[in-house]
Amino acid sequence: MAKITFIPKEGEAITLEGRSGSVMELAVAHGVPGIDGDCGGVCSCATCHVHVAAEFFSITGGPNEIEQEMLAFDDHLQENSRLSCQIQIEENLDGMKLYVAREG
Amino acid sequence: MNHILSTCVIIGASHAGVQAAFSLRKEGWEGEILLFDQDPNLPYHRPPLSKKYLTEELAIEKNALKPLKSYEKEQIQLFLGKRVVRLDPAQKQIYLSDGTKFSYDKLILAVGGVPYIPPIPGLQAARHVFTLRHAQDADQILQQVAQSDPLSVLVIGGGFIGLEIAASLIHMNHAVTVVERASRILSRVTAPEISAWLHELHTARGVTIARQKEIKQVKKLADQYLLEADDGESFIADIIIIGVGIRISQTLAKQAGLAVSNGIEVNAHLQTSDPDIYAIGDCSWHPNAAYGTYMRLESVPNAVDQAKCAAAHICGKQAVFQAIPWFWSDQFDAKLQMVGLSDAATHIHVRREKHSAAISVWFFQNKHLIAVHAINHPRAYVLGTKLIKTQALIDPRKLIDPEVELTPTNLIAS
Repeated sequence: MAKITFIPKEGEAITLEGRSGSVMELAVAHGVPGIDGDCGGVCSCATCHVHVAAEFFSITGGPNEIEQEMLAFDDHLQENSRLSCQIQIEENLDGMKLYVAREG
Repeated sequence: MNHILSTCVIIGASHAGVQAAFSLRKEGWEGEILLFDQDPNLPYHRPPLSKKYLTEELAIEKNALKPLKSYEKEQIQLFLGKRVVRLDPAQKQIYLSDGTKFSYDKLILAVGGVPYIPPIPGLQAARHVFTLRHAQDADQILQQVAQSDPLSVLVIGGGFIGLEIAASLIHMNHAVTVVERASRILSRVTAPEISAWLHELHTARGVTIARQKEIKQVKKLADQYLLEADDGESFIADIIIIGVGIRISQTLAKQAGLAVSNGIEVNAHLQTSDPDIYAIGDCSWHPNAAYGTYMRLESVPNAVDQAKCAAAHICGKQAVFQAIPWFWSDQFDAKLQMVGLSDAATHIHVRREKHSAAISVWFFQNKHLIAVHAINHPRAYVLGTKLIKTQALIDPRKLIDPEVELTPTNLIAS
């Protein structure tokens, strides 16, 4: 179980508890603004872009090769960018803060 | 309109219908939202049905578009396993097969289509014939192929569905032959170079692809089928899978007197000939303001984008549909990504990379980039998306030079 806090571009932070699956799935299930996951989590659409808070970026690690390419020309690309469909929920992510990259 | 007292009825609860329901709430619709579908399952992602759902036997609940509690939270009333049989636009009512009726103020048709079964003699009578559009279709295929000894599977149609199923069944150790009527697979949707790349991949992984052949007759053998092609070749199969496209569900619309041609006709806001009725997703024959032409597209992104547009317009925004189409298909470990519309292309440029098998085909209409199809090359896909949107003029010599790194500035014509 991990508590993850999503901070949308506008509006209040949303803290959610997840047990398994991807961070994108958790966000979509609860309607976090700006995380759409249109491709269902196969790293094909880049509609689940988040910026990982510094203290957790070392745990999630950086983007994989496909993610890097999908994000290459994204207007919101930062050093801590990830596609949340590629981050699996595990206990060591408990307390993680994610900044949603796109407006909802 | 007073949104609080109004009711929006949505017929069809797949990608388009479900997105429309949630988008209506997001856009401020405070009235009732009633969502109908004859499929009894909680609405689910369709793309995995030909992929993970087969190979990993992923339970359909794991595949839900939204959990049940999201519908409850947003007060979206689900009527699953319910078939709408009649639509009365004069009374603004819909009727279910059990006779119950519901009134609407706004109606969204997200009715999709049904797989087309070609009129091949003997096919109707064959028991082991399958199509794939709904979860129950995939379940029926699974019943045959899961934990079974290797079967001979014949797939009619070398389009996305046929090829994705072929890849999944090979993964499950079955013998698969794809029979395609045209001279190449995916001929309707992509360039010859992409077809060739995927043809080679499928062949290397064990799929037999027979081109320029049309099955003309299906005969029952003891416990298999004999399929005869127009050129005299014949195939033996345990099961037959049909993937030759869909016919859109237009009965409700036609009967209600809505304009229907190659799909249910809608305007730039996705309204049908009755302004209180919208049509979205696979079933809509729609104009796209980015192209100035009418089209009908069968894809998840199109369904989702149209749902958002229709919901915004219903809630009083001046929404005009102008999304750039995009699409993806995963086959074996290859990822095909497409953006734009390639139909109007006057010529193409093909880019091959130095150190990988990635390929990208860039479609131009005169000087303008209009589409990019890329395999295992997300960078080309996202760059293409950007360049199409900005309508930047690009230098084709730089584009096809593998020494030139793919970035916007490197490609822009000087």
